[in-house]
Amino acid sequence: MNEAMKSVSIVRKIERPNTRQFIKAIFSDFMEFHGDRLFADDGAVVGGVAFLEKMPVTVIGIQKGHTLEENVECNFGSPNPEGYRKALRLMKQAEKFHRPVVTFINTAGAFCGIGAEERGQGEAIARNLLEMSRLKTPIISIFIGEGGSGGALALAVGDTVWMLEHGMYSVLSPEGFASILWRDSSRVAEAAELMKMTAKDLLENKVIDRMFPEPKEGLENNLDAVAAELKKALLETLSKLMEEEISLLLENRYQRFRKFGEFVES
Amino acid sequence: MNLFGKKSYFSLENGEKERTKRSDKKRQKAEPSIPDGMWIKCNTCKAIIYKKEVTEFKLCPNCDAHFRMSPSERIAITCDEGTWEELDAGMRTKNPMDYPDYDKVIEKAQKKAGILEGVVTGRCKICGQDTVLALMDSHFMMGSMGSVVGEKVTRAVEYATKNRLPIIIFTTSGGARMQEGIISLMQMAKVAEALGRHDEAGLLYITVLTDPTTGGVTASFAMLGDIILSEPKALIGFAGQRVIQGTIHQKLPEGFQRAEFQLEHGFVDRIVHREKLRGELGKILLLHKEE
Repeated sequence: MNEAMKSVSIVRKIERPNTRQFIKAIFSDFMEFHGDRLFADDGAVVGGVAFLEKMPVTVIGIQKGHTLEENVECNFGSPNPEGYRKALRLMKQAEKFHRPVVTFINTAGAFCGIGAEERGQGEAIARNLLEMSRLKTPIISIFIGEGGSGGALALAVGDTVWMLEHGMYSVLSPEGFASILWRDSSRVAEAAELMKMTAKDLLENKVIDRMFPEPKEGLENNLDAVAAELKKALLETLSKLMEEEISLLLENRYQRFRKFGEFVES
Repeated sequence: MNLFGKKSYFSLENGEKERTKRSDKKRQKAEPSIPDGMWIKCNTCKAIIYKKEVTEFKLCPNCDAHFRMSPSERIAITCDEGTWEELDAGMRTKNPMDYPDYDKVIEKAQKKAGILEGVVTGRCKICGQDTVLALMDSHFMMGSMGSVVGEKVTRAVEYATKNRLPIIIFTTSGGARMQEGIISLMQMAKVAEALGRHDEAGLLYITVLTDPTTGGVTASFAMLGDIILSEPKALIGFAGQRVIQGTIHQKLPEGFQRAEFQLEHGFVDRIVHREKLRGELGKILLLHKEE
């Protein structure tokens, strides 16, 4: 098994710490807010306000469960449009009160279903990309597990994007890649490696800005160590970002995503 | 004579079998079979059509299906004559993921579609109004968005913002270019943020959704127009139909993800017949003209 495939199997483990556990381990007094004010409350997206030490922050994340029951409640971590719209509502709220936003990403992808299409999954993701790119408050996005395509990007247009050592982020799953491009689902490991979806690869091509090592005994056995590192980094980075002129913050965020693409001109 | 672009011809006796086989394969495509003979076949109504009956609007004379068009065909029916000026014409992709033989894949696509990449951008006049225009091409790797599509559309939007012009984007795409991996996903954010600045500047953005518009293009610039028009019966959605069926194991309803479905659910402003599109675009541009 190659390194990429090892990470794939690690982040998909059912005992992998989820968004609620990270929130509990890093912040205090988390108060959850529900609903998108348009249609429903999506259990796949958790959001609300909390304290990071003494700093009020808006925290939003995609939730996966540890049991079948929990997973039914959070749709196995695949948000519907109302999940993305709830996230956007809370981000706009953060902007109004000038609180920073911290997002946790862990999803195989946005949900693919009839209702999701009827309610505009594409529009919901698109709107988040546009609005996050100009949100007048700092945004930090942290990949704690899977990062599946547009459904992950919809919470990841941040000023800085971080990832845990075994996190991943790709345009589609390695299974999808192998079956669509090669019509051979047995070549998953090869696809995972080729897709450059690991934290190390993503750091190299600047899709993420920082990688956090995971404990040797497994993240699920020592979440506190990683949470302490993340907390320290959040405090340092947010206090800097909160001081920045908004126009400069937005220009830097624009340039962060503007740079991607490899082409020649003749 | 190469009647249907085939090497061998079917007789009337085995024609039915041939047709069933073909329709299975091409069921979703509102595109005529290779139109280089005197006859073409409509893949929607299956009628065999005398090519000269198909006008520059590329409609089926039998069932009015809107066939897929190339950017140059679009320009011919959309822009005022002699006003088209192309931007960034020579841009070509590199190979950000080191995908094996990507250069060969690209070369093949270039030969097939007769253009360098999946989008053409420029400025022109429509009914006398200045506008920036971007036209995607489904004949080039299904209009998939990689570095070049993302960069050219972003530059077109930035050009429009800088010159205080509206922008119209004709979308047709299967989604992100998988061969460019995560870099193609980043294009979605890149185009969306450029559109955010165009929007902040108070400028007009119109999208015209054409068959098919799906995946990462739907989930970025296709759905962000101030005004969203669509051609009749165009397939428009986020997830592919096979993916949805594989997830929920249910039959999809009739007309699912078609333009009419999107209109009913509130995601399209107007469905416009292709023959009326230029006039409607001209009128919208006139209504938003800056003094």
